[in-house]
Order: sequence, then structure tokens, then C-alpha cells
Amino acid sequence: MFIVIITLAIIASLFGLLLAYSAIRFKVEGDPVVNQIDSLLPQTQCGQCTYAGCRPYAEAMAKGEADINQCPPGGEATIIALADLLDVEVKPLNAEHGEVKTLPTIVRIDEETCIGCTLCIQACPIDAILGAAKLMHTVIESECTGCDLCIAPCPVDCIHIFEVKPTTRNWTAELPDADFASPHAG
Amino acid sequence: MRILHHHMQVKLKIMNRNHNQLEEGILSKFDGGLKLVGHKQVSTGSAISSITPGKHYVIPLQQHIGAISQVLVKSGDRVLKGQMIAKRGDLISAAIHAPVSGVVTDIKQHAVPHVSGLSDECIFIENDFKDEWIERNPLGDDYNHTASPNLRKIIRDAGIVGLGGATFPASVKQTEINLKTLILNGAECEPYISCDDILMRERAAEIISGADIIGHIIKARRCIIAIEDNKPEAIKAIQAVIDEDGTGFFRIQAIPTIYPSGGEKQLIKIITGKEVPMNRFPAEIDVLCHNVATAYAIHRAIYFAEPLISRITTITGQGIKQPQNIEVLIGTPMQACIEHCGGYTEDSDELIMGGPMMGFTLKSDDLPIVKATNCLLVTTKEKEMPEQHHMPCIRCGKCVDVCPVRLLPQQLYWYASSKNTDRLLEHNLFDCIECGCCAYVCPSDIPLVQYYRAAKTTFIQQERERKASDIARQRHEAHQFRLEKQKKERAERLRKKREMLKNKSNDKEADKKDSKQAAIADAVARAQAKKAERLKENKAADQDIK
Repeated sequence: MFIVIITLAIIASLFGLLLAYSAIRFKVEGDPVVNQIDSLLPQTQCGQCTYAGCRPYAEAMAKGEADINQCPPGGEATIIALADLLDVEVKPLNAEHGEVKTLPTIVRIDEETCIGCTLCIQACPIDAILGAAKLMHTVIESECTGCDLCIAPCPVDCIHIFEVKPTTRNWTAELPDADFASPHAG
Repeated sequence: MRILHHHMQVKLKIMNRNHNQLEEGILSKFDGGLKLVGHKQVSTGSAISSITPGKHYVIPLQQHIGAISQVLVKSGDRVLKGQMIAKRGDLISAAIHAPVSGVVTDIKQHAVPHVSGLSDECIFIENDFKDEWIERNPLGDDYNHTASPNLRKIIRDAGIVGLGGATFPASVKQTEINLKTLILNGAECEPYISCDDILMRERAAEIISGADIIGHIIKARRCIIAIEDNKPEAIKAIQAVIDEDGTGFFRIQAIPTIYPSGGEKQLIKIITGKEVPMNRFPAEIDVLCHNVATAYAIHRAIYFAEPLISRITTITGQGIKQPQNIEVLIGTPMQACIEHCGGYTEDSDELIMGGPMMGFTLKSDDLPIVKATNCLLVTTKEKEMPEQHHMPCIRCGKCVDVCPVRLLPQQLYWYASSKNTDRLLEHNLFDCIECGCCAYVCPSDIPLVQYYRAAKTTFIQQERERKASDIARQRHEAHQFRLEKQKKERAERLRKKREMLKNKSNDKEADKKDSKQAAIADAVARAQAKKAERLKENKAADQDIK
């Protein structure tokens, strides 16, 4: 009886030590779910989801405060991926937050009109606008995500949206129409 | 132990078999495939004809797999025939040359022959009809004493790409050396296309010369020229040249006519019995494969210093009055080619670039001939293209039987229509060579290849977007970090300033007193010094008076 108790106690304490060690050794920094969600979001930081950026939205989703259909730039593909990750039903985009763009967009600064106020530079979440006070500004087009956050602060309305037309290098073929209304399918 | 022994035996047997296969010309076969009616004789009735040069040429900057070429000329420049007008944009890319001497009139977007039907950057050249070549220094027979890298450079600068249809830069393929076998692809398995057939018939010596150059570059031990057995005349022509050569380096191999035996991996399987591993190049199994037309272009580059500015194109189909093969300059408008062949018949319907299996429909003929244009096929109404109705899949499994890559076309179809990327990748979507066999046999007329193409391009685009969003995330994090740092720095500066001000106000009183006293002391000292001087002067004056 005594031996049994002692044996069990030793085993229990050994496992306890093992657990304690692994808790330190294999500690995960940050919330892995938030990281996973964040990696699915388009990172435009546009705030259309009503949160301050993609990461805050991911955090809200992880807590269950936000829904998966609040991201217009991500569109259908993002919603499907989120539903897959969080194991919830796919739902259409919430129209309150905006519409899905048919083509991706970028912005360009009308360099004639720009007065060099730096307000747009401060608004850009990814530092994709180049310039200095009283000097002309310009958008680094390859980095621009089309969040349009720079448009509102501009005092002279010199920032305009342009659609990025597909080229033969980034074109995507569309699925053919499944036309089942053929004579045989009645 | 016995099992291991048995295993070794089997391995040896397989190795032997593969070895023998190459030496003795025993053929393997790939799974699936189709026996199709060739329709080759439609366009092989006459010899290759050259088309009279026109005034306008449009040369797209993307005519190859890889990065877009970079323009070297500007609007208004005079260019000579064969002059490089765009250089390769990256390691995998190709140079582009002026097909005629003349003036660059514009560099702008123009419709190009691409599945998407989109436009791309093109260089516009107006022919001055002087036919003035750029200075050429051909290497000729000296290639036998030239190092492989130098030969590769000539081929690279000549802008030569795989002319079988894939347009992969030829010199990039030749980087691996000491490959045992060079396979020259003269299979040309797709119906209607006959440009390689006619090239082999008429220019066999040049093709063999090109093959010898490639063989020299990669130090190959043998060269096998594979030709489908529906081209007896081509086989005869090539055989005659090989007999004359007599070195034993070349061997001709007639292969059964089964579509798609001309696919690179399929042909390698037929000839060597080995399969090229997934996502790998044939070099992995000691093989290099080039199209016969590519070998011909390499011959022209070494012996005539001629870049790839022309190619043989088949203009064929029941919708063309005089179907034939033409030698045409890259950038020639397609209308000119069709006019050269007598124009369209009255019941002509669709214009297709490539063959009926892998080609794609063009919206108009106001497009330039590009390096990839091996065939222009004009169909007639009804006869060849009956009205197709896309009906539901009945799971008959015919597509599985004919797939030469042994994929599951049916599964791929379901997953493509439900956009299930993970499952598509699990079913090796990207191994699909888009040969069209599955769609050809489908009793429900499902355009299967279109589904796969949509799934592929969508996946590639999604990957591109994912990369872009990763960069955006990094930039945003850097931005946040910078703001945070600035905020901290400002707070720190403010704190320091405050401290300094505080210290100053304490020190100030003391400082003030000190400075005043010093000033007073100074003034006193000055006054005393003056006084003393004056006294001295007075004394001196007194003495003078005395």
C-alpha cells in the first residue's frame, strides 16, 4: 500500500516536472489563431471593417467579437478561407462595409496640383508615398494596396483612383459557364 | 536477405532494360493518349513559300516564357535587320530582334495572340525595304573548338526559344552539361500542324547541323531524332543526312502516331522508358529535349549569325483557300499571311492559333505572328466544330483512360468548379499539360481544359496576392514601429528639455550674481589701471618740467 502511494507520487511529480519544463520550452509567443487569421487578410489596413487595421480585426475575430464577412478588399476568397479556418458557415459579404472591387485599384497623385503638405504621407499605413514638406509627393505604385486612406486628408483633392488592368502576365481565366439549359438537360 | 537480393535483381533488370531500350530502339509508351486523324496533307502539298515583306511590323515584348524583355530602342530610331531591339529581362527571358531594317514608329499596347485576348507592349517598325542587315560575324565550323558557355551566349543573344510551342528560352535548357542523350523532337503530334514535317523534309541537313551544335554544347553521347511514323518523307530526308554523316552519333527513331507523343515528358517516356519526375527537368534523368525547329534556328545562329527573326508557320484548315507552310518574319500581321495563302473561304469560321487540340481562338487577324505561332488554323462552320453543349458530368471515366499524365480529370473538374484549391493541388493540377484529350472524349462536352486553366491561373494569382499582402504586412509593421519609435524619441526629447530648463532656472540666479560681480571687478580693475597710467603720465610730465 505504502509503496504504491510512493510510486504513484514519484510518477506524478515526474510528469509534473515534464509538463512544467515543456510549458517553458515550447511556449508560443502571441496568439497563434490571431496570426493565422491575420495571414489570410489582405493587409490593406483600410479600416472598412470598422477596426483600425487588419491585425485588430483579426484579434476581434479571434475573440468572437467580429464576423468573417466584414472585409471588402478580401472578397469572397478571404471569406471562404476564414470560414475554413474558423470552421463556420460561409456567408456573403456584409454590404455595410463596402463592395468588392471588380478590378484592383491604386492611387496616383496629380503632381501639378500637389502642394506638398505631407498629410497623405502621414495617412499611408504602409509608407508607400514618397515626398517631403513643400516638395511634390508621389505614390510608389508597386507597393500601393488601394486602401484609399490618403484621399480624404488631401486638402487639394489631387489624389485619384486608377484601376489596374490585367495583363497577359497576371491574367486569370474564368470558369466556363455551366450551361445545363441545353436540349438534353431540359 | 532473399528479398533484398530479389530487389537488386529487379533493379538490375530495369536498368538493363532502360539501357537496351536506348541502344536498340525498343520503345515504351505512355498511358492514355488518342489516335487522331492527322489532316496533315492539307498543308503539305507544296514547298515552303516565303511571304513578300510588308510595310508594318508589330513585335510584342513578351513572346517567351519568363520575364518580359526590356526595350533598347525608342520611337524614331532607325534599326537594322537583326538588330537587338529588346534585351532579356531576367535570367529566364529572351532577346528580341528587328525582323527588317527600318524605323521604330511607336512603342505601345497592341493586341497580341494570347489565350486571354489581352493587349501587351509592342514595338512598331516601319520597313524601309532596304533589307540592310546588322554586321554579322558567324562562327561557322569553329563551334567545334568553342567552349559551351560561349556557344550558349550566342544562342541566348539570338533570342532563340523552344519553337515546339512552349517558347522556353533554349540556352537556359542547355546549362546542364554531360547529359547522355539529346532527343530531337520531330513528333509533331497535333492534327493539321505540319511546319516541323516540312522543315525536316526540306532542311534536314541544317537540322542535323543544329543538333550537332547542341550535342557539342552539352557533350551528349548520342542524339535521337524522334519522328511520328505518319511522316515517312521527313524520316527519309533525315535518314539520308544521317547516313552521310556516318559518325553514329545520330539515330532516327520512328514512333507510333499517338497524340500527345510530342509532349516533352511523353516523348522522353517513349524513347527512354523513364519518366521525368514531377516538377523536375529532363536533365534529372540525363536527357535534353529540343524541337527540330529550335535546332534549325540554332544552326542559323551559329553559321549565319542570324537571330530568331523568322519561323515556319502552317496556315491551314478548310477555311483557307490555299493551305501551305510559309516562312514568315516575326511581327508580320496575320492578315498578310492569310492573304498570301489565298485568303479565307466563304464558309470560314474561327481563326485558331496552334492546333485543334491545344490552340486557342483569336478574336481577329489583326495580330502579329510571334515566335510561338507554329500554326494558324481556320475552321469552317458546322463541319469541324459542331455546336457544343456543356452538360453535366455522368462520371463515365473516359477522361481518366485518355489522360497521358495519369491524372484524374473528373476529380479535378469537381474541385475546379468548387474552387477547392487544396484538393486540386493534392490531385496534381499543375502536372496537367492541357493537351485536351479529356475534353475531346467527354460525352458531355465539358470544356475540361478551360476549368483547369481557370483553376491554375486563379491559384497563381492568389499566390501573387498572398505575397503582396505579406509585403504590405511587413511594411505596415515597419510603419507602426517607426511611429512608435518617433513617439518615444519625442517624449524623451521633451523630458530632457524639461530637465534642462529646470536645471537652468536653478543655476540662473547664481549665474547672474557671478556675472555681475565679475563685471564690477572688471570695471574696477579697468579704472585702477587707467588711474595708474594717468599717475605715471603726470609724473613724467612733472619730470619734464623739472
